[in-house]
Amino acid sequence: MNFIALKMLIGDRAKYLGIIFGLAFASLLITQQMAIFLGLMTRTYGFLTDTPQPDIWVVDPKVQYIDDLKPLRETDVLRVRGVEGVAWAVRLYKGLLKARLPNGTFQNCIVVGLDDETLIGGPPVILEGELSNLRHNDAIIVDNVGADGKLANVTPDGRRIPLRIGDTMELNDHRAIVAGICRVTRTFQSQPVVYTTYSRATVFAPRERKLMSFVLVKANPGYDLSELCQRIRKTTGLAAYTKDEIKTITVRYYMKYTGIPVNFGITVILGFIVGVAIAGQTFYNFTQDNIRYFGTLKAMGASDFMLLKMVLLQAAMVGGIGYGMGVGAASTFSFLSGRTELSFCMPWQLLVASAVAIALICIISSFLSMWRIVKLEPAIVFKT
Amino acid sequence: MIEMNNIAVRCEGVTKTYGSGSTEVHALRGIDLEVRKGELMMLVGPSGSGKTTLISIIAGVLDRDGGECEVFGSDFNEMNSRERALYRSQNVGFVFQLFNLIPALTAAENAAAPLMIRGLKRREALDRACEVLDRVGLGDRTRSLPSELSGGQLQRVVIARAIVHNPRLIVCDEPTSALDHETGHKVMELLHNVAIGIDRVLIVVTHDARIFEFASRIASMDDGHIMQVVNSHHDLEQKKEN
Repeated sequence: MNFIALKMLIGDRAKYLGIIFGLAFASLLITQQMAIFLGLMTRTYGFLTDTPQPDIWVVDPKVQYIDDLKPLRETDVLRVRGVEGVAWAVRLYKGLLKARLPNGTFQNCIVVGLDDETLIGGPPVILEGELSNLRHNDAIIVDNVGADGKLANVTPDGRRIPLRIGDTMELNDHRAIVAGICRVTRTFQSQPVVYTTYSRATVFAPRERKLMSFVLVKANPGYDLSELCQRIRKTTGLAAYTKDEIKTITVRYYMKYTGIPVNFGITVILGFIVGVAIAGQTFYNFTQDNIRYFGTLKAMGASDFMLLKMVLLQAAMVGGIGYGMGVGAASTFSFLSGRTELSFCMPWQLLVASAVAIALICIISSFLSMWRIVKLEPAIVFKT
Repeated sequence: MIEMNNIAVRCEGVTKTYGSGSTEVHALRGIDLEVRKGELMMLVGPSGSGKTTLISIIAGVLDRDGGECEVFGSDFNEMNSRERALYRSQNVGFVFQLFNLIPALTAAENAAAPLMIRGLKRREALDRACEVLDRVGLGDRTRSLPSELSGGQLQRVVIARAIVHNPRLIVCDEPTSALDHETGHKVMELLHNVAIGIDRVLIVVTHDARIFEFASRIASMDDGHIMQVVNSHHDLEQKKEN
C-alpha cells in the first residue's frame, strides 16, 4: 500500500511539487530566520567568546549586560586579588572611541585595553603581527573586518585601501599605529574592534574619574566558581559572574529590552502559517481530488488505518523532501553570506527545531485529509 | 424448491432511507431477494429505483436501515468496520461504471491493488495481476497507464481487478454504460466467461437491455421494490407486454 500511496502522490506532479515548494519555503524561512536570530544573539556576547582565559568577570553591580559599561575604581582589581581562591585578577578596559580616518571621516570603534603586563583578554586569532607588538609605542591591533571595511582608507576615486601594519590613524585625537591584524567574533553593532594596552587605552579614552570596565579573574584549581563569585560579591560589593552567567544575562537583556526576538518570532510564525496554508491546502486538495480512489480502495477492503498510513506516508515524504530542500537552501545562504555583515548561526538544535516545525505543519496539513478519509463512505464509489 | 446451501445472497425486507424530514427519500422499501451460487443476477429498473443502493448494501459498503441481508451466510451489520473491510477484501470484487482506476498506477498495479490490500508482497501481487490481465486479453498492456487505454481496455482492467483475488461476490454497476454496443457486448462476454463460477455470484446493475441475454435471472426494480424476478429477458419482455 505504501507503493500505491507514493505513486498516487508523485502521479499528481503539480500538486506534489506545490506541496514540496510550500514546505521547502516554510522550512527555509523558519530555519534562516532562526539562524539569523541565533547569529545576532551570539554576537551580543561575542566579546566573551573571544576572551576565554578568565573564569569570572567582575563588574559594577548595576551592569545589566556585557556592553553595559559602568566603570570600576582602579583599586577594585587589588581588592579582588585579595579574595581567597583567586589565582589572578587583571584589569580590562572596554569603550567606544572615535577614530579619525585619513579621508577625514570619523568611525566609532570598540577599544579594548589589555592588562599591560600579561596582555590577558587579547584577540583569539592574530592574522598579521604578534600580540606582543602592543608593547611598541602607540601600538594597536585592528580586527580584519574593520581594517578591510570601515577603517579602510577610501581614495578620492573610490578605491578602498585596507589598513595594514605600519599604517597610522587617530583615536580620539591620539596617534595610533597598526601593529597587527586580528580576527574576532563579529560585534552586535558591527563596529571595528581595536586592541591596545590598558594604560594606552586610558590615554585614548576621554578623561574620567573611573575607567576600568572589568576585572578578569582566574580561580585557583579546584575552586567552585559559583562559590568564588559569591565570595567576591561579599568581599568587594561588586558583581561577579561566571562566563555562562554573564552570557545568559546579556542574552536575556536583549531578549527582554529589544524587539529582536519579537520581530524574528513574527517572521518564524509567518513561515509556519505560510507552510500550513500552502502545504495544508494543497495537500487537502490532493486528497479531495483523489477521494474517489481512496473510496475505491476502502470499498475493496482497505481499512481506515491502512488509508491513514498512506496519507501519513505521503505527508512524511513531502515533509522530508521539503525540509531537506529548505534547510539546504538556508545552509547555502549561510555559506554564501559567510563573508558579509549577516549573522548566521545554525547549530544542530536549530535543525531539530526546524524539523519539528515542518513535522507539525505536515501533521496539521494531513489531519484534515485524514479526517476526510475516516468520514468517507465507501459507497461513494457507485456515485457518478 | 431452492436448497438453502445454494443461496449466496439473501435479502429479506431490506429498507434504506436517505435524509430526514422534508428531504427524506425511501430508496428501498422492503426488498426480498435471493441470489443463487453460480448465478449472474441482473438488477434492472429506472433511475432512482434503488438498484445501486441495493448492491451497495449487498457489497457491504452501505448500512441498511432495516430487514436482513446475508452474503454467503455473513451479515455485515453484525461486523465492526475492520471486520467488514477484511470481509470485503476477501470476498467482494467491484466493477464500476466509471472504472475508478487510479491514474498514476499501471494496469498491472491497478489490478494488483486488492492483493496488496490483503497484504501480499508487491512483486507477488503484480505477477498474479499480470496473469489475470493476460486472461482478459491485456497481457501486452500491463505497463500501460489508464490514460493510454481505450474504454473497453479500461473495463477489462477493472474486471481483472475484480477477480484477481478470487472473490465469491462480484458487484457490477453499469459495466457497459460507458462503452459502445460492440465493446459492451465483448466486456459482458468476458465477464461471463472469466467471472462466473460454481461458488461465485455476480450481481450486475444495468439499464442496458442489450446485455440482458447474459443474465441467469433478472430482477426488475421500481420505487424501492423488487417488482418481479424472471429467468430471461424474453420472460421480462413477455411480462411487460402482458
